[in-house]
Amino acid sequence: MNGLRRISRREFLQRTGQAGGGLVFALSVGAGCSRTPDTDAAPVSAAATDAFMPNVYVNIRTDGIVEIVCHRSEMGQGIRTCLPQVIADELDADWDRIELKQALGDEKYGDQNTDGSTSIRRHFDLLRGAGATAREMLIAAAAAEWGVPASECATREHAVHHEASGRSAGYGDLVALTDGVAAPESPTFKDPANYRYIGKSLDTIDGFAMSVGAANYGIDTTLPGMLHASIERCPTHGGAVAAFDATAAKAVPGVVDVIRLPDPEAGKAPGFLPLGGIAVLATNTWSAMQGRAALEIEWAPGPNGAYDSEKYREELAASSQKEGRIVLDRGDVAGALASAARTHSADYYAPHLAQAPMEPPAALAQVGDDGCDVWSCTQNPQATRDTVAGLLGIDKTRVRAHVTLLGGGFGRKSKPDFAAEAAWLSRESGQPVKVTWTREDDLRHGYFHSVSAQHLEAGLDGAGKVTGWHHRTAFPSIGSTFDVNAAGPSGGELGLGFTDIPYAIPNLRMEACDAKPHVRIGWLRSVCNIYHAFAISSFADELAHLAKTDPPAFLKQLLGEPRRVDPADDGAEYGNYGQGLDTHPIDTGRIAQVLDTVAGMAGWGRRMPPGSGLGIAVHRSFLSTVGVVAEVAADTDGRMRVVEMWMAIDAGLVVNPDRVKAQLEGAGIFGMSLALHGEMSATDGAIVQGNFDTYPVVRMSEAPRAIHTHILPVDAPPGGVGEPGVPPVAPAIANAWFAATGSRLREMPFRKAGIT
Amino acid sequence: MAITLTINGTERTLEAEPDMPLLWALRDLAGLTGTKFGCGKALCGACTVHVDGEPVRSCSFPVSAADGRDITTIEGLSADGSHPVQVAWRELNVPQCGYCQSGQIMSAAALLARNPAPSDAEIATAMSGNICRCGTYTRIRAAIHRAAGESS
Ligand code: FES
Ligand code: FES
Repeated sequence: MNGLRRISRREFLQRTGQAGGGLVFALSVGAGCSRTPDTDAAPVSAAATDAFMPNVYVNIRTDGIVEIVCHRSEMGQGIRTCLPQVIADELDADWDRIELKQALGDEKYGDQNTDGSTSIRRHFDLLRGAGATAREMLIAAAAAEWGVPASECATREHAVHHEASGRSAGYGDLVALTDGVAAPESPTFKDPANYRYIGKSLDTIDGFAMSVGAANYGIDTTLPGMLHASIERCPTHGGAVAAFDATAAKAVPGVVDVIRLPDPEAGKAPGFLPLGGIAVLATNTWSAMQGRAALEIEWAPGPNGAYDSEKYREELAASSQKEGRIVLDRGDVAGALASAARTHSADYYAPHLAQAPMEPPAALAQVGDDGCDVWSCTQNPQATRDTVAGLLGIDKTRVRAHVTLLGGGFGRKSKPDFAAEAAWLSRESGQPVKVTWTREDDLRHGYFHSVSAQHLEAGLDGAGKVTGWHHRTAFPSIGSTFDVNAAGPSGGELGLGFTDIPYAIPNLRMEACDAKPHVRIGWLRSVCNIYHAFAISSFADELAHLAKTDPPAFLKQLLGEPRRVDPADDGAEYGNYGQGLDTHPIDTGRIAQVLDTVAGMAGWGRRMPPGSGLGIAVHRSFLSTVGVVAEVAADTDGRMRVVEMWMAIDAGLVVNPDRVKAQLEGAGIFGMSLALHGEMSATDGAIVQGNFDTYPVVRMSEAPRAIHTHILPVDAPPGGVGEPGVPPVAPAIANAWFAATGSRLREMPFRKAGIT
Repeated sequence: MAITLTINGTERTLEAEPDMPLLWALRDLAGLTGTKFGCGKALCGACTVHVDGEPVRSCSFPVSAADGRDITTIEGLSADGSHPVQVAWRELNVPQCGYCQSGQIMSAAALLARNPAPSDAEIATAMSGNICRCGTYTRIRAAIHRAAGESS
């Protein structure tokens, strides 16, 4: 089966024989044979007469099929639908005559790291260019053939037309004529008024496959003769195997081999390399797991063997009480607080989190004379290729990093350690090897979202206006995953909802406080915005109540006059998610509009029954702004119920509104999970949680009765979509809980307060 | 041991350790990878299949207990993806990453088979064993109602 090609219903029927009972096995045979997923996007011999390949993203065949290469990873955000929408639109290609190919990891595609909500916001023009270039070259080929000026030709529905003479030629027929046609230097983009697919809610391209169990994820890849591996890793970060006995493991039926993985180098940052440990290889997954359970291993716990998350929490809180590094300074905050009519301070805390994608990390590798093929659910195929090449000590041109569908990513699958494990084991065993992480592996050996402690102080004048805001944040940095000396928040991390605080407060000081890591730290959907938005949007709500002002009105006052904010004006190092403030400004007018919109959607100000409340939060991240109103009720037993949610987004131009809405709905649930339940803790250096019983996530029984979403029509370049929905959810719920009960939640997860 | 069972209408004999969960027998021995692994502890529902028509978490169901029984997996729910639940799932674009959806669809199909018009509360009860980390619950609920409308 071609792993990542779109499977149409027709094809499914053909493949499965469209008969009665026996057909499913026809499918299964196909599904098992994922030896050659179509991830190799490079056309084998693109002689101009066979196919026309104007750039690495488009390949037009003589049969008229337009192959579009998706170089970004699909993890549920819908990029495999949205990316071809953009290219096909600019190319005036028929949606039904498109075949989607998934790219291997290769620099020729540009940036493939699918994180930071960048697929559309940073590639929109590139994708449009890929389609427009192809369109103009097809026009040039047709014009030359017909002896007419290209300016008299136009494209429509998969063909070039010359109105004056009534001639037209389909794209497939033009392939043979493209030889020698030069690519335009800067193709002209379509007038947005003529968009056919951009802005339309086209159905998910993989929807059919997903509904019949034919979608292929990393965990589903197979090769003939492959072995299944399960790996026991050191429970503590930085530890290693001291001694082990595999006798019992080898006696388990089905077990073929036991292999020790290389220990992480002592004193070195973990990066993307495997964690070491002992792998059991077997003829099936279950035997590998059983063999692993029979291993006897003695661990050397390493430098983090004493890590205790409760004690660490105190250290972190203490760090946030002490003066830190000033990363943004406006006015005279000490003076403002000293002269305030009233001051208020609060401390916020949020623990480590695990991404827990539904599909745990999994990869299949085959090492042979021609190098290494690795299939994995990776968000970052180029890093996968580099990491595997580095670990095996071979040139990266000999590594082919194939990308399957991802059963969720949320940042975990940006780190290819699991693919490197498979590659190592394949080389050592001489067989193709699939590594499947268990849920316990995923939760205990992850790259965790950072724990954080924040201290805030504010001063209000007699009229209830905020005159000063002093804020400290302390958290171990993601940088520590790559540099052992990284001691605390980096500028990039502080630009995630901290130094980009948009409030028009005359005296503002933001400080960063150091913190050392004891686990691997990594990205999780919306990253530092989670705890920064939680603290800022909650504290603002606290101040609104102190000032006896309705929270939306108070937030509007904090946002101030519509204006563009540049954190650099107050000395901050601010990267604006890698894009310009000219194209993607921090525009307080736009933020206020989102606020007004979501408040209106929720009927803000309506009378609430006793024990119920509305809470609001609005937060800009990844160049988009999302506002959330949560309706929360305290049940008779004092437990929290999130009744309903309203979410509005300003993401500038939107390619597929339904996928954007789906991302908001998903962010609502994801945000609820981390707000209500999420916590990774540790004792004696080892992570306590192991599965969904100890690391609960929101289920259907807790889901709000509705999540209403709205996309503001804003004429602006696209912002990010996958992540910005998450940060405002937790504070909106906490603020609603305060409105409902009068009790303030300053610590995540809220279940710690005994209310879930 | 040799275990003979009917999978999606076809009788199969699998050579497996008796305590191997049905999930791994389906995925690794029968080559049916539509049924997913999410937790291995009956906590997430990704591995849901039907055993004699009843929804079962195949990760926690020994293959030996399936001997002589009738198993339906997502690949066999319908011949052509036309089960009303599958149709409703597509019409509402329920899946995001899609990984949990085999299990969601199997749980929903089992629910509708015994309760053709479930209420929200009944849906919550029947579906709360199925985690969707992408958070598609509101669409799942709507799709079940839609499928119920079609099947009634
Ligand atoms: S894998 Fe069976 S319930 Fe989670
Ligand atoms: S769609 Fe991704 S876990 Fe449900």
